Amino acid sequence: MQHTLEEFLRALRAADVKVSPAEAIDAARTIEAVGYADRELFKDALCATLAKSSDEVVRFDETFETFFTRDALDLPPPDPEDGEPPSGEGEPGVAQSPLAQALLSGDSAAVSQAMEQAAARAGVAEIRLSTQRSRLTRRLLDEMGLAEIEQIIANAKRLQTHEGARLAVRLEAARSALMARAQAYVERQHELYASGSGKQLREEMLAKKALNADGGIDPVDLVMMQALVRRMAKRLADRYSRRRHTANRGHLDVRKTLRKSMAHGGVPFEIEWKIKKVDKPSIVAICDVSKSVAAAAQFLLTFLYSLNDVVDHLDAFAFSGRLIPVNAILDDNGVEGAILKVLQTIGFQQTDYGKALEDFVDNHIDRVDRHTTVIFLGDGRSNFADPRLDLMHLIQQRARAVIWLNPEPESYWGQGDSVMYRYERFTHVAKTCNTLGQLERIIEDVLRTYSAH
Amino acid sequence: MTISSTAAAANAANPFASVDALVAGLGSVGYIASRRIATALYMAVHLQKPILVEGSAGVGKTELALSTARLLAKPLIRMQCYEGLDESKALYEWKYGKQLLYTQILKDRMGEALADAPTMDSAMDRLHGMGDLFFSEPFLEPRPLMQALRQDDGCVLLIDEIDKSDEAFEAFLLEVLSAYQVSVPELGVIVAKTPPLVFLTSNNVRDLGDALKRRCLHLHIPLPEAALEERIVATRVPGIEATLTTQLVAFVQSLRTLDLRKAPSISETVDWARALILLHADSLDSGLVRDTLNVILKFEQDIVAVEPQIVELLHRR
Repeated sequence: MQHTLEEFLRALRAADVKVSPAEAIDAARTIEAVGYADRELFKDALCATLAKSSDEVVRFDETFETFFTRDALDLPPPDPEDGEPPSGEGEPGVAQSPLAQALLSGDSAAVSQAMEQAAARAGVAEIRLSTQRSRLTRRLLDEMGLAEIEQIIANAKRLQTHEGARLAVRLEAARSALMARAQAYVERQHELYASGSGKQLREEMLAKKALNADGGIDPVDLVMMQALVRRMAKRLADRYSRRRHTANRGHLDVRKTLRKSMAHGGVPFEIEWKIKKVDKPSIVAICDVSKSVAAAAQFLLTFLYSLNDVVDHLDAFAFSGRLIPVNAILDDNGVEGAILKVLQTIGFQQTDYGKALEDFVDNHIDRVDRHTTVIFLGDGRSNFADPRLDLMHLIQQRARAVIWLNPEPESYWGQGDSVMYRYERFTHVAKTCNTLGQLERIIEDVLRTYSAH
Repeated sequence: MTISSTAAAANAANPFASVDALVAGLGSVGYIASRRIATALYMAVHLQKPILVEGSAGVGKTELALSTARLLAKPLIRMQCYEGLDESKALYEWKYGKQLLYTQILKDRMGEALADAPTMDSAMDRLHGMGDLFFSEPFLEPRPLMQALRQDDGCVLLIDEIDKSDEAFEAFLLEVLSAYQVSVPELGVIVAKTPPLVFLTSNNVRDLGDALKRRCLHLHIPLPEAALEERIVATRVPGIEATLTTQLVAFVQSLRTLDLRKAPSISETVDWARALILLHADSLDSGLVRDTLNVILKFEQDIVAVEPQIVELLHRR
């Protein structure tokens, strides 16, 4: 049973329920306390020990049902023609093969048991990829002794007696049932152990995929990608909020305490603590949504949207020809709606960086002060218009930091109509950022600079 | 389920003998528990682990702890968490005021005691001898956690709304929850003689840390099904008509299917039942529902949204 428990824990981990070794020990102790007799009790008790959130409870229930459910094998019923139990004892080979006996007598429990043991020997639980299924099914059947059955069937057919023919027919039916069962078994193992890791693999790939790759992101992956972006933003927010709380505690402030004690004749009745001050991150994000960055724009906006949910002081702007604030749009709409609306309002026009900067400085420069980090998301391609470096300089002087994230690789900067190198002089950091992974790292760095000081 | 009288007597002696006994035991103190709840509680007692109860407001998280304390006939020590809660509020605090007062009062005595010391060094030695005087039990103000650990016969410790406290406090709790002990620098390590049965409740204001979750059993209390809710109402509001119970539970259940800002939970159902008893109602009609809707719905928008649908909701089942 120890082995079964470990397999179950592994299946849970594959289903993204976190099970640490300590929890594995707890699970073993749980089973010791409740025993196996009552399935419902067994399940509830394990669930209380292992699943740690309501999401995990759902996944636990699913995994438990898949793992511990065994459908009875559809064996052909014992032959009704003659009353005697069709043990087939007279046939050569049947007596030597426990599997054949079990199949003939319709003992599905014994067959299931044999299958579990064979599966352990064949290593079916090691399945990783869907392409391994047929090979593992074959190996499982081999381990169970399918060769013996084939042998017996062949022998029985060769006898050419009524008895032999009947045995062959029955065994063949049992064999096909067995094969279907083995297939289903492997399929379930695949579902238990491999489907989760497959999803993980795809998410990792997505995080590394270039946002402005040819053809953009596969529509199939879009939903997954958005979930990924949201998770990243949430992770950043979690980490950031943790730091803000630590800043609340401090050491004894001797100076203030002595000052307060004056009122009590020098007796320090009231203790004063030093308080660390922490800046709230104040972020201004300016996002290019013009044609040249169309593929990336969607995800920059998704990220902006998620960040808008988690960071208090975020002002988002989008531009292609002109620049508009998009906070209201992000607040009022769902993520797809918001992106669509932003793109409808100003998207896919000719880029004009100079004009956009002018709009920003004219209307929103008050928003930028020495606590503000300004993040530009754009390719720095100005269509040969005046890049208005003077305005960029102004923003840089007012802001705490200016960060430019460019979806193009650095070798393209300065080629054609790109004025990226000229803008770069007025930024604190200018980086290539064309995957979600990079995006997350950079935003994390921004939030980290707002630590206690 | 039916329990024979002898078994019931045995169960009364030890409600933690089995899950069924625990369901019956909790029922006897007025808490109708589902099997999942009882199983989690059963495991918590047998594995000696804290139990983390999650669920929306008013599903009976705190009530579970109160009922368990009643069932065990042990004291309940409750600690309400909030942002900024720290060790001095949760564990212990030195009574600064008392310490200062005593030093002032004992000033003269100290002068006398130290007067005949020939040198500064010997005076210091003598002072060291007295030093720990002010950091001893009489000056210690025990807060809920320490109180719970010092209950020699065990107790039920309820740490309410742990998600409202800071991350740092959560980390501080780890020692208490896993080893049932705390370290006080001046006094040493305090170990509980009988580990308390710990309940933590959470409304999911923020995600709790993995380290804390790992040390706890997890129990999520969902909104109950109609049959269970009827039993809860019948237990909590004695003297209510069976037909009224059925009607009002069905109405609340159908309210939960609507898109409301705050769906009514069990405590609202029970409050409503009490209100209806006060009004001597024996069945629901639309006028009565309209007048008492503010008992179950806590947002003006929700009330406005539900009001035109009352008649339809009443006849839906």
